[in-house]
Amino acid sequence: MLYRENGQFKTSYRADQQIFPIAQDRIAIALLLAVAFLVVPMLASDYIFRAILIPFVIMALAALGVNILVGYCGQISLGSGAFMAVGAYGAYNFFVRFPGMPLIPALILGGLCATFFGILFGLPSLRVKGLYLAVATLAAQFFSDWMFLRIKWFTNNSDSGSVSVNNLQVFGLPIESATSKYLFCLALLVVVALLAKNLVRGAIGREWMAIRDMDVAAAVIGIRPMYAKLSAFAVSSFIVGMAGALWAFVHLGAWEPAAFSVEISFRLLFMVIIGGLGSISGGFFGAAFIVVLPIVLNQFLPAFMGLFGIEVSTAGVSHAELMIFGALIVWFLIVEPHGLAKLWSTAKQKLRLWPFPH
Amino acid sequence: MAFFLETLIGGLMAGMLYSLVALGFVLIYKASGVFNFAQGAMVLFAALAMARFAEWIPKWTGISSPIVANLAAFVIAGAIMFVVAWLIEKLVLRHLVNQEGATLLMATLGITYFMEGLGQTLFGSDIYKIDVGMPKDPIFMLDSLFQGGILVNKEDVIAAAIAAALVALLSVFFQKTSTGRALRAVADDHQAAQSIGIPLNRIWVIVWCVAGVVALVAGMIWGSKLGVQFSLTTVALRALPVVILGGLTSVPGAIIGGLIIGVGEKLSEVYLGPFVGGGIEIWFAYVLALVFLLFRPQGLFGEKIIDRV
Repeated sequence: MLYRENGQFKTSYRADQQIFPIAQDRIAIALLLAVAFLVVPMLASDYIFRAILIPFVIMALAALGVNILVGYCGQISLGSGAFMAVGAYGAYNFFVRFPGMPLIPALILGGLCATFFGILFGLPSLRVKGLYLAVATLAAQFFSDWMFLRIKWFTNNSDSGSVSVNNLQVFGLPIESATSKYLFCLALLVVVALLAKNLVRGAIGREWMAIRDMDVAAAVIGIRPMYAKLSAFAVSSFIVGMAGALWAFVHLGAWEPAAFSVEISFRLLFMVIIGGLGSISGGFFGAAFIVVLPIVLNQFLPAFMGLFGIEVSTAGVSHAELMIFGALIVWFLIVEPHGLAKLWSTAKQKLRLWPFPH
Repeated sequence: MAFFLETLIGGLMAGMLYSLVALGFVLIYKASGVFNFAQGAMVLFAALAMARFAEWIPKWTGISSPIVANLAAFVIAGAIMFVVAWLIEKLVLRHLVNQEGATLLMATLGITYFMEGLGQTLFGSDIYKIDVGMPKDPIFMLDSLFQGGILVNKEDVIAAAIAAALVALLSVFFQKTSTGRALRAVADDHQAAQSIGIPLNRIWVIVWCVAGVVALVAGMIWGSKLGVQFSLTTVALRALPVVILGGLTSVPGAIIGGLIIGVGEKLSEVYLGPFVGGGIEIWFAYVLALVFLLFRPQGLFGEKIIDRV
């Protein structure tokens, strides 16, 4: 009843092409942002910030980046962890080597390092595609694993490759408390999500989607595959690199190369698949799902199995987690290839017609 | 010179084992167009089953002969792989017919996770050992030619021989039997094969079974070398550049690609590694495959893909 667009007439092309054409959506998003920025910081505890909210916000940012490459441009990447690592260590080097370097420029420079790295390892995409490319991006992953472990220059000559940052501040405000970390990441996420949304609905986004749907046909109608693919790699790895820098700087504080292993690449791909390939909101759903599921399992699985008299160890929980992830991925691919975001939009579609189905 | 030859032979032996894992990838890709990322998980699963049953059977039945126990464990693990293949076809692949390669790849990623979790839930996640009685002592060759001779691991030689035998068997199976012909027909064109009455579903089950058995053999050999543990799945990650280099659709490609990667890895580690800090084996293989792809995107023996709009 409430979710109806009757009477909301558009009189210009511009009004018709807004991000949120329906007034209720705009109100809902404004409310959501207000809750995220104002209510959540007042209610959430330190534990919830550190265990759920901050990882969720940063992973949503990374998933957004991966979605641009995988969901919008159709280039499967198993090397997202590498782009995160390059972003993190790039930002670290700028942060440490230039005294007085503010945080935000360091993050952006880290993102630019990741962009460069992404374009470099995106070059094979011009010659190979699909499955071959997925394997090619693994090269980026293993190369970065090795690079940050063995080349001491990148880690400022630390022995184990582990580094740390402290005294983070933005415009003179310290980023130390969980609340301030959360707000900082959230603000960045909102800005980047808005930029990304505008990018994918513009000319360049349509080029990416054309390449994804059929690259040969796209080339025939005059889309330059090289430009489209490399720009997708560049934008995606910039966002993923920034997320990596945030993950390292804000969430971890001190980290080592293993923090960005191939495991995190897979996780990011799962977020995109479960959340929804080729949709901006998909990254948020996927990240929420993948961040929250292990915590929920850890809390409830032992208790639940205890009802049947089965003891579940910590290892058992992590195995169960693997199985549930695996089963869910297959299930989503079979039943709903567009993920949670599609379910959400179907629900909205139904609401528009409710209570009359036709 | 002796040292170089030793490295070379070591590389060839390691390469033979990579080819064994790569073979699993190629078989499935050839017959169903699925890039089976789960091959590593299958190797782990099969090896875990084999290791545990070899341990359990003497306990349950009181058979003390290790040969009988290992043989029984091998048969049981093989049977389990058949069941796994059947389930994968029934639950996953059947529902994803005619989907894009990328979707199928991601589905096998899901299978990977599921099997890793399930394998460790069923069989435990400690380090187990498979002892099929392979001799571990090294042998010396060409004593007369070089000072001190060349050191070769006997275990490696046997493993390579098993791998070679398996490959020969598979080539005969593919070339001479009617099932093999049907498999090749399906690989060429799903629809055409189906229209002349080749049952697609059954073919897929067969292919995944064969890949399961190959995974079992690979798991057995790797397991007796390194012990059966979670890190066995990374063997598959090391076999990926082999498949890429050799071409996804070619059995000989998997073998020769494996040898090239094995040798390349060892030589680069020994002769190039010290200059850049060592540990370059794993990415060197990938970069080697990658550079090769830039010149020949379909791999060494792959079929040229022609795109049509």
